[in-house]
Amino acid sequence: MTQDEIVARIQSHFGARVLGTYSFRGQAAVTIAPEAIRDVLTFLRNTPELAFDMLMDVGGVDYLGYPDEDDREWRFEVAYQVYSVAKNHRVRLKVAVRDETVKVPSVWDLFGIANWMEREVYDMFGITFSGHPNLRRIMCHDEFVGHALRKDYPINRRQKLSQPSENLLCEKPEYA
Amino acid sequence: MSADGTRVQDIPTELLTLNIGPAHPATHGTLRIQVQLDGETIVNSGCEIGYLHRGFEKQAENCQYQLVIPYTERLNYMGPVHNSNAWCHAVEQLLDVKVPARAQALRVITSEMGRIIDHCVCIGTNLVDIGALTNFWYMYNYREKIYDLYEELCGARMMVNYPRIGGVSMDAPDGWLEKLLKVIDEMGEAVGEVQSLVARNRIFMDRTIGVGAIPKEMALSHGVTGPCLRAAGVALDLRKAQPYWGYDKYQFDAPIAHGGDTYDRTIVRFQEMQESVRIIKQAVAAIPDGPVMVEDHLVAMPSKDRVYNTMEGLINHFKLVMHGIKPPVGELYSATEGGNGEVGFYIVSDGTPVAWRVRMRPPCFANYSVFPKIITGAMIADAVAALGSINIIAGELDR
Repeated sequence: MTQDEIVARIQSHFGARVLGTYSFRGQAAVTIAPEAIRDVLTFLRNTPELAFDMLMDVGGVDYLGYPDEDDREWRFEVAYQVYSVAKNHRVRLKVAVRDETVKVPSVWDLFGIANWMEREVYDMFGITFSGHPNLRRIMCHDEFVGHALRKDYPINRRQKLSQPSENLLCEKPEYA
Repeated sequence: MSADGTRVQDIPTELLTLNIGPAHPATHGTLRIQVQLDGETIVNSGCEIGYLHRGFEKQAENCQYQLVIPYTERLNYMGPVHNSNAWCHAVEQLLDVKVPARAQALRVITSEMGRIIDHCVCIGTNLVDIGALTNFWYMYNYREKIYDLYEELCGARMMVNYPRIGGVSMDAPDGWLEKLLKVIDEMGEAVGEVQSLVARNRIFMDRTIGVGAIPKEMALSHGVTGPCLRAAGVALDLRKAQPYWGYDKYQFDAPIAHGGDTYDRTIVRFQEMQESVRIIKQAVAAIPDGPVMVEDHLVAMPSKDRVYNTMEGLINHFKLVMHGIKPPVGELYSATEGGNGEVGFYIVSDGTPVAWRVRMRPPCFANYSVFPKIITGAMIADAVAALGSINIIAGELDR
């Protein structure tokens, strides 16, 4: 299926829960509200014709200061790139996050990779994921203040860090 | 077993927390693994990454598209050319630029050379970790020869900065392709020799079979790609599934195995090196003549002759250096098959010469996320063997 067909399929199934669609150079994406992400990913994974079995990437985008900022209702987006091995097709889901107070439901139990990827989005953008078992910083140090990939974080700011992190263990190995 | 019939495993011991890394010979990079041990068995583990976090994504959002090329090579520094090729490929898709056939073939050749040396290092160091030093010297010997070829091609050995947006920086010098074929032929033989040293080696098999197995379901759920996924029995190779740079013209196989353990990963890598040798031979045989840069003055630098002798060429050069390449407003995810799996670049362009957002999907990050799960229940020595075979490149893991 082409990405546009997949997007049409998502749109017909979720109707008004799809906030917007996007198509460019053969790639397509749907924008959805945070509450819908688990439903949409479950739908994509469990529908036989779609069969999206791999979540390839989760990455944040900060639109603070973007040229269309005045019309934009949300500051952040979290982009989920999904891929189907069996059908060899891809699509992108974008979750619109108004500001850092909005919590995005975690999908770590649907796709194991989301555990670490969501931690990275949290670390870099300060977007929190509800239901995540181990939402700690992953790249930056525990003492780091701010979120490095936000547009209002200056590229040349330096921070002094004093202590190594003590404990890396979780209650259960699958949370790590 | 002791005299009263209790086995050693049954004797309760105090749990011991042990740190492996961030500076440890077995991690081959700055990784930290914390394990909780019951005797020598790992009962719980956690990983800390980020020691090599250099802010690649932030940097890429603050410099022009063509200036990102050298940074991408510092991601996977074991097979660096693939990353820069992949970055240029992503920007070209954004620009909707078609790269000339000769440049595509040169990209395939340099990328496959990168894959071979990446696997050389992975297999070589993994075998050192489990006690076999000889193979390491064999592998590094040929890695050196590939570096010599890179040097002759573009003047640099490791961080070659060879591709450009719209093609490659320079054509192969006279006689280079013939030299490459000779080295590649020897390479194929050497890989076969090293494989025959370990593939049926009792010690190696005992150390690796069933060790650090990634089951198929776990691999898919964790987004594991590349040799680690193929070793688990999923025949996903983007060079075949979603071909780019004319990979569909070449005859090659994507080797798979079914156990997903350390042994299978090593063997899949050995076979992949042979397939890369096959691809390079075909690419060299079928390499077309023609330009190696696209003819588009908005993307490609003018020739030095034009810059020095015509006003238009000088202005063109000035505009490209000072004002950069301007893709249209849009966003795109480009995926290619690197040495360790899917190398993805998600670029959000706002129409300026500097990307609004660059996200790199590192294959190692996904591959490594299964690590705490596969070593729980294993022993320390098994964790070391498994770590080497997953091939974690800290530069790519942390970016």
